[in-house]
Amino acid sequence: MSETILRLTVNGEAVEATAPARTHLIDFLRERLELTGSHAGCEHGVCGACTVRVNGDAVRGCLVLAAACEGAEVWTIEGLTATGEVAALQEAFRERNALQCGFCTPGMIVAAAELLRDVKSPTREEIRDHMSGNYCRCTGYHAIVDAIETASRA
Amino acid sequence: MDNPLSDLDRPNSYIGRSVPRPNAARLLAGQGRYVDDLRLPRMLHAAFLRSPFAHARIVSVDTAAARAMQGVAGVFTRADMDGVCTPWVGTLAHFTGLKSAPQGPLAGERATWQGEPVAIVCARSRAEAEDAAALIDIEWEELEPLPPLAAALEAAPLHPELRDNLAFTRAVDVGGADSAFALEDSVVVEAAFRTGRHTGVTLEPRAILADWQPGEEKLTVHHSFQAPHMMREVLSKHLALPEAAVRVVCGDVGGSFGIKVHIYPDEIATCVASRLLGRPVKFIADRLESFTSDIHCRDHEVAARLAVGPDGRLRALEMDDVTGIGPYSVYPRTSAVEGNQVVNLTGSWYALPAYKARLRVAFQTRTPTCQYRAVGHPVAVAVTEGLMDLAAERLGMDPAALRRLNLIPDDAYPHTSPAGLRFEALSLQKSFDKLLAMMDYDALRRDQAEARSRGVYRGIGLASFVELTNPGPAFYGIGGAPISAQDGTMVRLDPGGSVTVSSSVTEQGQGTEAVLAQVVAHQLSIPVKDVRVVTGDTERTPYGGGTWASRGAGIGGESALQAARALKANILALAGAVMQADPSDLDLRDGQVVDAAGAPRMAMAEVGRLGYFRVDLLPPGFQPEFSVIRHWLPRQYPFAFTNGAQASYLEVDPDTGFVKLLGHWVVEDCGTVINPLLVDEQVRGGVVQGIGAALLEECLYDERDNLLTGSMADYLVPMMGEMPDIAVGHVETPTKESVLGAKGAGEAGTAGAPAAVMNAINDALRPLGAAKIQQQPATPERILRALGKV
Ligand code: FES
Ligand code: FES
Repeated sequence: MSETILRLTVNGEAVEATAPARTHLIDFLRERLELTGSHAGCEHGVCGACTVRVNGDAVRGCLVLAAACEGAEVWTIEGLTATGEVAALQEAFRERNALQCGFCTPGMIVAAAELLRDVKSPTREEIRDHMSGNYCRCTGYHAIVDAIETASRA
Repeated sequence: MDNPLSDLDRPNSYIGRSVPRPNAARLLAGQGRYVDDLRLPRMLHAAFLRSPFAHARIVSVDTAAARAMQGVAGVFTRADMDGVCTPWVGTLAHFTGLKSAPQGPLAGERATWQGEPVAIVCARSRAEAEDAAALIDIEWEELEPLPPLAAALEAAPLHPELRDNLAFTRAVDVGGADSAFALEDSVVVEAAFRTGRHTGVTLEPRAILADWQPGEEKLTVHHSFQAPHMMREVLSKHLALPEAAVRVVCGDVGGSFGIKVHIYPDEIATCVASRLLGRPVKFIADRLESFTSDIHCRDHEVAARLAVGPDGRLRALEMDDVTGIGPYSVYPRTSAVEGNQVVNLTGSWYALPAYKARLRVAFQTRTPTCQYRAVGHPVAVAVTEGLMDLAAERLGMDPAALRRLNLIPDDAYPHTSPAGLRFEALSLQKSFDKLLAMMDYDALRRDQAEARSRGVYRGIGLASFVELTNPGPAFYGIGGAPISAQDGTMVRLDPGGSVTVSSSVTEQGQGTEAVLAQVVAHQLSIPVKDVRVVTGDTERTPYGGGTWASRGAGIGGESALQAARALKANILALAGAVMQADPSDLDLRDGQVVDAAGAPRMAMAEVGRLGYFRVDLLPPGFQPEFSVIRHWLPRQYPFAFTNGAQASYLEVDPDTGFVKLLGHWVVEDCGTVINPLLVDEQVRGGVVQGIGAALLEECLYDERDNLLTGSMADYLVPMMGEMPDIAVGHVETPTKESVLGAKGAGEAGTAGAPAAVMNAINDALRPLGAAKIQQQPATPERILRALGKV
């Protein structure tokens, strides 16, 4: 299978790695770079578990080919945790128990961080709207809305 | 709170306290460790070739091309596995008459549902394994699929040796129903209810990593699963290995809800492949595989009627349930339980003098069904509460008043239902009253009337319910299933004064570990951060059932409480021996042994130091025991029933058929609430799953039994944008069977929400003269059909 060489920045570090041309970003991150914090839930663009940040925007890692990220700046939950950028969100999620199994959670945090970047004090409706591409089967979403609301006011 | 344990004045008092879960921070940082995150040396990835047909004979299989592909380490069919793995049959002795056919890790001569695994390929990568699977050449002879539900009962038998397609049947008649319906002044309402076949859609798909170590003759299985000890029994039995040679580890599990507690052929095939290859093999279901091979549930057609006196008092309920379970009863819990629960539960929370029910369980050529969250409850509640609304309408009574009149009174316990369920103590009236107060029922009725005057159609739906939790051996064990009803917890004092807990109940995000830590910290009066909990490993925990049917807190929690109390007694015994004091005059407070006056006398760390390192300083013959195990199971009642009530307020657009949820309220009585923060969101998560059933979720098949809903774009699940805020309230009626008094809380939301939503839709449509909708999900199309618009 033909492998391509990729050069990009992941979590602030320059990365050079090979991957089969058909590899999606989420698999590249999880398998080549061992960044297993982002998850694959549907590989279809519906569930949002694979949400990562590419060039500043929250994108679905299962829809983007790794090869298309040549030269891109990618941030995953691991890097965002290390820099402390999402600490307020994480703390609000923890305090409010806005997660159960945690499989959706890294994607939720990345998506919520994007919302809080764009909207200072979102209403509950705006939160629900923005987050409606992120599926959670465990919580009733209510606590997630609460947590994002709290973090936005922190 | 009237629970004596809830002494919140003390700093290390944790029962009833909303403390965050200890494992939350790790998961939030992306440091979860799910099966797909694990990698072992020489690990292979599995992909399956699955039947493209619902029913077909496998004439021949040629795997040569697949085996020759680069990167492929092994390709196996059923014939390769027969010598290594014995088949199983999903029957249990206490379901008299339940029948099923032998099933193996892969389809043998015949595939009986679309998606049944036929061959497994193990290769260096998943992509290569999938490429190779596509090269397997199978000659199929397509056979006729079975017709839907009741018609299947008349069709030629799917398994000829079973003679017909009736897997199980049961009838209940406590007498008096026929005459009650015949009474001249009985008001009789009837309806046909249909619940859609749906499935769990755990965000983390099923996942297993089997690691046969030939040198050790040992099989280690990392499994996204709820009942590790059960899996170990099954592997030991069917792979002919001593139990001690099988270790099942359940690390982080990305949601389960009853999906991950059954024996799946593809998971067993993965274990067999590892055994045959002597290498670790990982199988992660993709989403299409999840939809075609995770268990489905709730495929019920119920005809039911209710007789009510002119005074509004219930006289009799009669129902006839036909359900389909796919081609096999699922091993080892069987697929008879859901229908059986519908028969047991329907109407049971009302004072119902007469009850008559029939259940027929049919084989189908669709994905097997089995127990999924709230097993049978949503069907029983939809039928009962749907009939209550019909009766209220016929009588011209307020639906809340009719319910209030007929709920089993709070002072009437113990109570035995017509089908024989025994309720220790419920709070149906109190919970219902609290629900009406929380939602401000009268104000909502006024809002509804005001909206109607503007041509806006809003509806209120109510549903009371009971919920079966904390099951004892009567659930599975008496039928011969290798499923433990008891659970065990070990509590160990570490030398420095912290505590390590290991328990046989498991964690899938409900907060099991948090609850155990709280119970132990409370008993020992130490900060909860000093308690570390280990679960999900058959080699590192006591033996027990795991977490399903809402038993983690009630059964696991009580075993932890008993173990912690025993450890406390041992700690005080040592302190007493050293201080020459009577241990009964001593207590534990904030990490200290205190005397009767409450004065600190010895730190826990000192107890640990003496007990582990300086036994020589203790009186001769005194042996400290700082690792204590206790097992517990409920014995007086086969199940701990909980109860609750839910309400939905929504708006229907009569032009589009779209439903907008405006509000949802739940009152739940799960006995002692150990951590309200965890319980509330678990209840809400259950509600959202129930709303999904009522409005969105349905596995659809075409006439050849091809699954039409194989992706999350086709099978719709509730997303954040369309869900309402959900208010949760509690009434606490602790069970007297345990000291802790906790019952389960995992099923309530899912049990009651569909009925509340369906009733609200019918309430909204009432002024439009629409036909009643009793088919879930109530899609826009079905709503428009009820309005006669399409
Ligand atoms: S895995 Fe990418 S959206 Fe679901
Ligand atoms: S916490 Fe399990 S899917 Fe969201």
